[in-house]
Amino acid sequence: MASIDIRNVRKNFGVVSVLHGVDLSIENGEFVVLVGPSGCGKSTLLRMIAGLEEVTEGEIRIDGMRVNERAPKDRDIAMVFQSYALYPHMNVAENMSYGLRIRKAAREKITAAVSNAARKLELQPLLARRPKALSGGQRQRVAMGRAIVRQPKAFLFDEPLSNLDARLREQMRAEIKKLHRDLGATSIYVTHDQIEAMTLADRIVAMHEGVVQQVGSPLELYDRPANLFVAGFIGSPAMNFLSARYEVGAGTAGARLPDGTLIGLSSGYQLEEGAAVTLGIRPEHVEMSPASESRLRATVDLIEPTGFGIILHLGLHGLPFNVFTLDRAALTAGPTVTVAFPPQHLHLFDETGMRAFETSPQKGKG
Amino acid sequence: MNSYSTFGTALHRLAILCYVLFALFPLFWLLKVSVTPNDLLYSEGVRMWPSRMSFEHFRFVLAHSAFPVFFRNSMIVAGATAVIVTLLASLSGYALSRFTFRGKYWLVALMLLTQMFPLVMLVAPIFKMLSPLGLTNSLTGLVVVYTAFNIPFATFLMQSFFDGIPRELEEAAKIDGATRFMAFRQIVLPLTLPGIAATLGFVFTAAWSELLFALMLISGNSAATFPVGLLTFVSKFSVDFGQMMAAGVLALVPACLFFLFIQRYLVQGLTAGAVKG
Repeated sequence: MASIDIRNVRKNFGVVSVLHGVDLSIENGEFVVLVGPSGCGKSTLLRMIAGLEEVTEGEIRIDGMRVNERAPKDRDIAMVFQSYALYPHMNVAENMSYGLRIRKAAREKITAAVSNAARKLELQPLLARRPKALSGGQRQRVAMGRAIVRQPKAFLFDEPLSNLDARLREQMRAEIKKLHRDLGATSIYVTHDQIEAMTLADRIVAMHEGVVQQVGSPLELYDRPANLFVAGFIGSPAMNFLSARYEVGAGTAGARLPDGTLIGLSSGYQLEEGAAVTLGIRPEHVEMSPASESRLRATVDLIEPTGFGIILHLGLHGLPFNVFTLDRAALTAGPTVTVAFPPQHLHLFDETGMRAFETSPQKGKG
Repeated sequence: MNSYSTFGTALHRLAILCYVLFALFPLFWLLKVSVTPNDLLYSEGVRMWPSRMSFEHFRFVLAHSAFPVFFRNSMIVAGATAVIVTLLASLSGYALSRFTFRGKYWLVALMLLTQMFPLVMLVAPIFKMLSPLGLTNSLTGLVVVYTAFNIPFATFLMQSFFDGIPRELEEAAKIDGATRFMAFRQIVLPLTLPGIAATLGFVFTAAWSELLFALMLISGNSAATFPVGLLTFVSKFSVDFGQMMAAGVLALVPACLFFLFIQRYLVQGLTAGAVKG
């Protein structure tokens, strides 16, 4: 088990720069998820930690040792690939034991390690099979087995569940979480699926265009997104955004929508009066009530029942706006509904897209 | 199955049959003439099979001609060329598939260029080059020339096979603790066996049947390969068809055995390469 330190790491492919200085410290035994849309540099970062890509600038330390110049084999890490990358000409047992055999481990140790991992992953009946005779989920388990037999310092996962169907993905997600709980190994997990990120991570690292946008616990990112990107990326259905102007009245702060409606805010913000802001609210926090004081009327474009709840696709001043509700009465909503925004659930972002800071209650006005 | 598809299948099979007959007929004729006694060769007219079979030509070719020497020379030249080319093409194909390096584009262009003009043009310069080195009239000289000519195509062939093997397999091996060369030898190479078989087969056949350079660089029987040797059955006043054909049939044997041996890999290999494009 090991800690991993990433200091001002940059990566250029020729003239194209894909990582613009990443700093990240991963504690011993921590499960960190790198999340972001494709092309954000998360996989590149993972591959740099693995030693599969060179570090253009900066430093990567595993357990305090600089590993920039070390070959992957000398970093003592294990990686699970999206494509599983099982050796097609070897059976399951050989696949799992390859790393130990190459390190010339004792035969008894290899047998013990393989059977131990196989038992943990329920692979015992499949040990003699070749990868092509396995299902997707089984292959995935073999890939994880290959990683755990060596008891490496850290596990790297590169979108390991992307090739599985939805049900299997859910199941494997739980297995990965259990495995981490049992082994307690430092793990870095790359995904573009924010549900995976939310459910698995001790800490999430949200990345966009080669820059770390926010690092924090899943609920921190969900409850207090640092900027518009994180706000829009974490959460499904995604957060709604409305442009507005920040206003301060007599002791109360508000956001004025272009149509003149004033949305009340729970506190003042460190913003100039009249500053352009973006108001964010999650679909599950929007209230639908005919008696709402906000009197925001929206047209119903589409109703999507998910079974668990209902997603309403609305048009608010001609812009798309989503509401998620558990109230089945919404199934018959329309053609217009009234929505209200509870102030405690509103997020405010300044002109540059960064989260606006609330003024402390003592100060009053910001 | 409806009547239309039955008809279609029948037509399809018929077309294949026609093609196979067309392709195999020269081989059949080779065999037929090789077992036809000399006295019947011109007296029976055109027949599909002689009224009397004899193996006298085979006996003569094996016992009284220089054919065994030609055969041995060809085996040495084709075998050595196939092995050397495949070895080198595996390495260069791997390099082209996996590495980016300065001048890669020009290297590939240069290799393509060598494939673009008729070899006849090169006979004189190559003779000029090999002669002072003492490589004319020697099997080594032939191996050198054949190797040089076959490497570009074999490299491209091998490259396409390496391209078909996911990089992640090597990366997984490297993370598992292998060096790049170990990953190449233990993971990539076993998976490229079909490609290696296809390359071996291709180069072996090319070297086995090459006539032009063998004819130009070799004089005398001691270093002659089998295609050159066949010409010895053509004398000033006659062509000994029976013996020539018998020698031809015998020359087919190693090629057939070779392909029989690698066929399992070859079919896999050619399709894999084809899909990869």
